[in-house]
Amino acid sequence: MLEIKNLHVDLEDEDKTILKGVDLTVEAGKVHAIMGPNGSGKSTLSYVLAGRDGYEVTQGSATLEGVDILDMEPEERAAAGLFLAFQYPVEIPGVGNMTFLRTALNAQRKAKGLEEMSATDFLKLVREKAATLKMDNDMLKRPVNVGFSGGEKKRNEILQMAILEPKMCILDETDSGLDVDAMKLVAEGVNALRNEGRGFLVITHYQRLLDHIKPDVVHIMSNGRIIKTGGPELALEVEQNGYEDIKAEVA
Amino acid sequence: MALPQAKLDATEARLSGATRPDGAAWSNAARDAALARVRNAGLPHRRDEYWKYTNPETLVQTDAPEAALFQSDDTPIFNGIDRLKIVFVDGVFDAEASDDLSLEGVKIERLSDAASVDIHWAKDLYGVLEERGQTPVARPLAALNTALATDGIVIHVTGKVSKPVNLIYHHRSTSSDAILHHVIKMDPGTEITVLENGPAAARFNKVMEVEVADGSCFHHVRAQGRDHERRAATHVFARLAEESVFKSFTLTANGVLTRNECIIELTGDNAKAHVAGACVGDGDFHHDDTVFITHDAVNCESRQVFKKVLRNGARGVFQGKILVKPGAQKTDGYQISQSLLLDGDSEFDAKPELEIYADDVACSHGSTSGAIDEEGLFYLRARGVPRDIATNLLTLAFLAEAVEEIEDEGLRDEIVGRLEGWLERRRG
Repeated sequence: MLEIKNLHVDLEDEDKTILKGVDLTVEAGKVHAIMGPNGSGKSTLSYVLAGRDGYEVTQGSATLEGVDILDMEPEERAAAGLFLAFQYPVEIPGVGNMTFLRTALNAQRKAKGLEEMSATDFLKLVREKAATLKMDNDMLKRPVNVGFSGGEKKRNEILQMAILEPKMCILDETDSGLDVDAMKLVAEGVNALRNEGRGFLVITHYQRLLDHIKPDVVHIMSNGRIIKTGGPELALEVEQNGYEDIKAEVA
Repeated sequence: MALPQAKLDATEARLSGATRPDGAAWSNAARDAALARVRNAGLPHRRDEYWKYTNPETLVQTDAPEAALFQSDDTPIFNGIDRLKIVFVDGVFDAEASDDLSLEGVKIERLSDAASVDIHWAKDLYGVLEERGQTPVARPLAALNTALATDGIVIHVTGKVSKPVNLIYHHRSTSSDAILHHVIKMDPGTEITVLENGPAAARFNKVMEVEVADGSCFHHVRAQGRDHERRAATHVFARLAEESVFKSFTLTANGVLTRNECIIELTGDNAKAHVAGACVGDGDFHHDDTVFITHDAVNCESRQVFKKVLRNGARGVFQGKILVKPGAQKTDGYQISQSLLLDGDSEFDAKPELEIYADDVACSHGSTSGAIDEEGLFYLRARGVPRDIATNLLTLAFLAEAVEEIEDEGLRDEIVGRLEGWLERRRG
């Protein structure tokens, strides 16, 4: 599904290399987790894949279903099936959440050569998905993420994911700023979307999210590289011993 | 103090080609007095402090600069709204194109008719609010209007008017120079919505005086014409009595020169005045909102919300003042002026002013200039929304606070539709 090969990335404004040769393949139907200490390059990886400005790819490639995505505009990547759940979802005053969701859905449908979804079908779809995430009408009517709590913002990300039905979902520290109940709700939303055709890349600091979203593969990232890959047990090892032990072991 | 020679010359040159219309004694007196005000203050000059950001030369010069006519197949705005139409072509009332002027709750006359009647209520209003608005800052173009206007509409509101009165201005001659003066008197407890749209003329000088009586409610929504080369200087003067409400919104899309002045006096307790504007300009667009709100009563509220979207070197100006007089306690004043600069060539000049002589008031004001929010843009694009559509969505969002000042949903939709159309035509 998602194949990253020898990816090297610099920050455009500063002479600084963040990713120093990332290799990673996420298969359809699998959940991969990336763990790592602060500054290891996890969020940069997610932004580079989503197409944010400010990064320069100096080497390597990233493909989605065999198609190179690094030369695509962010909206083209989204239409190709890539979805990034933001660590810090952006507030957009003046744009209603429903308008936002509908514009996004119809833009993607248009890019795929499909007809726009009718207002009634759309409303039905949103209501249904929102109900499972315990999002009320008020949250749908309000401007995008404005006045939302941390948990509400993350639920809104998952709602977008549920509506846009991407092939490849990247979750960037979706657990940050969530209490246990909110995390469960978000994890349930993600688990409901797991299926054979969809790949997940879950980026997190802590093991606790992975109690709820059970990964198939766990990667440890440090200093711009994947330094260790293993099964779910690797996450537990991190929880018990911290990253330093693994770093020392690999070095 | 003697006027500078250049100003004196320009004023006399402008007046020499004009004749004071002849009507009943009261209107002749009002016009003569206005003429004296023009001569006393002199017409605006670019060195005047009040015209620092907008060059008034073409508004003052003897002949109107030519303005090409604008062709559009679009359905005119407000067409879908049930309203009473009053049509002016190049500043002249067109009876045939207008609806019958009789409507329950309101008496509507032409200014030329009212000004010829010996005893008419308009005597107490025509030029009266305009004259009050000349201090502390002179507004000579408004006085010129009072002196020379022959046409316009005189409205006496006696009840809750069931549908909006729509003043429609057509521009048919490339060199037309139109002066219109409207007077609206509201009885206590009445309500009316006045709509205005269209470019009016190559050059347009318009004054509207509104007396908002106790407990009455005045709504005003205007869409200034899209003719790019047209020039306009407009003034709205309003005086608010106790518990009354005044709400005015203006949409301006295009226009090489627009100066909209709004002068409001809150003279009765618990009155509310909201003035808002959304403008979108491209290229040699120049738009100036100048607002002066005087609080002279207790517990009144005023809001000024002005948003400007500027691109390709367009220029926006905002001069807004809140004056709180001694004793005007519990005043709640709010003023915001913001521009969205879509490129580095555009410019926004803002001059917010507060002058407060009461000690128990809340007045807030702010002014910003900025580009499209890159974070928001990326977020939308990451969800699949193409850059140009995302930019338009964020632009509309920027304008929303001003547009939301329109209470009526149907009218608000009409305005939003126009803004969407304007942005859509410039997409990509």
